[in-house]
Amino acid sequence: MINHIKCDKLKEIVVNEEISYTLIRNEENNLNIVKAENLTFEYIRRDEEGNVESINKAIDNVNIDIKEGDFVAVLGHNGSGKSTFAKHLNALVSPTEGSVWVDRMNTLEHENTLRIRQTAGMVFQNPDNQIICTLVDEEVGFGPENIGVPEDEIWERVEKSLKAVGMYDFRLANPTKLSGGQKQRVAIAGIVAMKPKCIVLDEPTAMLDPNGRKEVIEVLHELNKKENVTIILITHYMEEVIDADEVYVMNEGKLVMQGKPRDIFSQVEKLKELRLDVPQVTELAHELRKEGLDIKEGILTTKELITELERIRGLKNVNNSR
Amino acid sequence: MSIIVDKINYIYEAGTSFERHALKDVSCVIEKGEFIGLIGHTGSGKSTFIQHLNGLNKATSGHIYYDGQDIYEKGYNMKELRSKVGLVFQYPEHQLFESTIFKDVCFGPKNQGLSKQECELRAFESLKLVGLDEKFYYNSPFDLSGGQKRRVAIAGVLAMKPEVLILDEPTAGLDPKGRDEIFSVLENLRKTGITIILVSHSMEDVATHVDRIMVMNDGILKYDDTPKNVFRHHKELEEIGLAAPKVTYIMNDLKNAGFDVDTDAITIEEAKKSILEIL
Repeated sequence: MINHIKCDKLKEIVVNEEISYTLIRNEENNLNIVKAENLTFEYIRRDEEGNVESINKAIDNVNIDIKEGDFVAVLGHNGSGKSTFAKHLNALVSPTEGSVWVDRMNTLEHENTLRIRQTAGMVFQNPDNQIICTLVDEEVGFGPENIGVPEDEIWERVEKSLKAVGMYDFRLANPTKLSGGQKQRVAIAGIVAMKPKCIVLDEPTAMLDPNGRKEVIEVLHELNKKENVTIILITHYMEEVIDADEVYVMNEGKLVMQGKPRDIFSQVEKLKELRLDVPQVTELAHELRKEGLDIKEGILTTKELITELERIRGLKNVNNSR
Repeated sequence: MSIIVDKINYIYEAGTSFERHALKDVSCVIEKGEFIGLIGHTGSGKSTFIQHLNGLNKATSGHIYYDGQDIYEKGYNMKELRSKVGLVFQYPEHQLFESTIFKDVCFGPKNQGLSKQECELRAFESLKLVGLDEKFYYNSPFDLSGGQKRRVAIAGVLAMKPEVLILDEPTAGLDPKGRDEIFSVLENLRKTGITIILVSHSMEDVATHVDRIMVMNDGILKYDDTPKNVFRHHKELEEIGLAAPKVTYIMNDLKNAGFDVDTDAITIEEAKKSILEIL
């Protein structure tokens, strides 16, 4: 049985441990495409006899709410739990404790699995591992065919998704002969063709050259704006995060920072402690600030840096002319 | 010890419909102790090029001289060349297989036919060089983090005592800290006098660390110069799918906005100095 409870009451109820939170499905929460509540996941290692050798908490009590249509970035060093988190969104793994809802479907309920996978599509790091067909359009059609889309509609979807990622001209090419960025865009088209509401990308640009990285990120923003697809981007490249709506930072399985890119990147030292970087322009501004220039924290673009430097130069000129 | 590459050409699947001219008249001289960055977009011929340097690919035409000897000459000891020129492939941690880290690093020298004692000595030295904590040595390599695994894999190549170390995107997929760890290993290695060739997609990393950059495009060695000189061509680099470091663009924008800064700056440190000078 599923209780419908108003949003303002939700907090009280979460505090009240008497009521099992796995049963809460919140009406006002309709907008939230992804919701993780007290999510914990443990990898249990067993020795040859099957005795528990060690337990590794990959995700530790994480609460995340992602609004439909948002462009969300998840940062964190290797082993911080971000990929494990991503796998929960696709029901590839199930929570040890807590729950995850994808488009209001609980990932623990087995009968939801297929629908969840159609709602949240995943793109992985290495494009070569995801490509199986010999023609680009067949590759993109593979997904919709598997979920039983009628043939005419498959080709319609293939055309539309290839156009969305700017790869329509390559529809008859052999995907293995494409560049890394192109392959990754084909992989994204393959997901788009299944019409997911949400796409989860686990370091999709890690293996690409600068051009390929730019292509992929542009396509993601495009899909986000035009088709209102929720994008959840896991990355190590801070430059890709600047335009996100919301940034989450994970460390040792916990959610340690959350906010707008500007709020996150104004905390340069904290990010460094978490083994992360900031965009180069942010770092430059931070370094100049350390040298005594009165630049505000959290500079994200060159334009902002120029404005600040102009202001400082203006002040100096005024002082000099006095 | 130097490598002279003299007008090598390489054609894949010559005579078939898949024929592709992957290297076109590539020539260069690589001196002992250099730290070289090799950049180029996917498919530009970088990997094909490095595979020639240790004889994994044989040029269709042209010559490569290692230490003055033509490696294509009849009777040349290719096996020895391969132990002198160590190649660390992309995602080298996928090649780890032994039950302990120490055994895995011993594998290379063991195959070179060295005594057990010598193998262990070398494994010990190389693991030291990559800065892996001793307490891990007898653990399974699969329990390490991504960055640690990769350092173990690099140690495996170092244990063969190569004179030249070639790394194909050693930092792909690592977090910023893991990347910094790899670079501090490389900075330590260069002090030992080893020649390092680094294939990278990160212009920022290349700008910060190497002495010389080679740019490949469409099988041609397009630029071969110091990082500063290469990144001056940022417009041309963009045309071939590359870029200058972000900070170089920032400096160019500052210049256009009327600040008299040094547009040749390629690292944050240089940019900072130049901005402080004019304010």
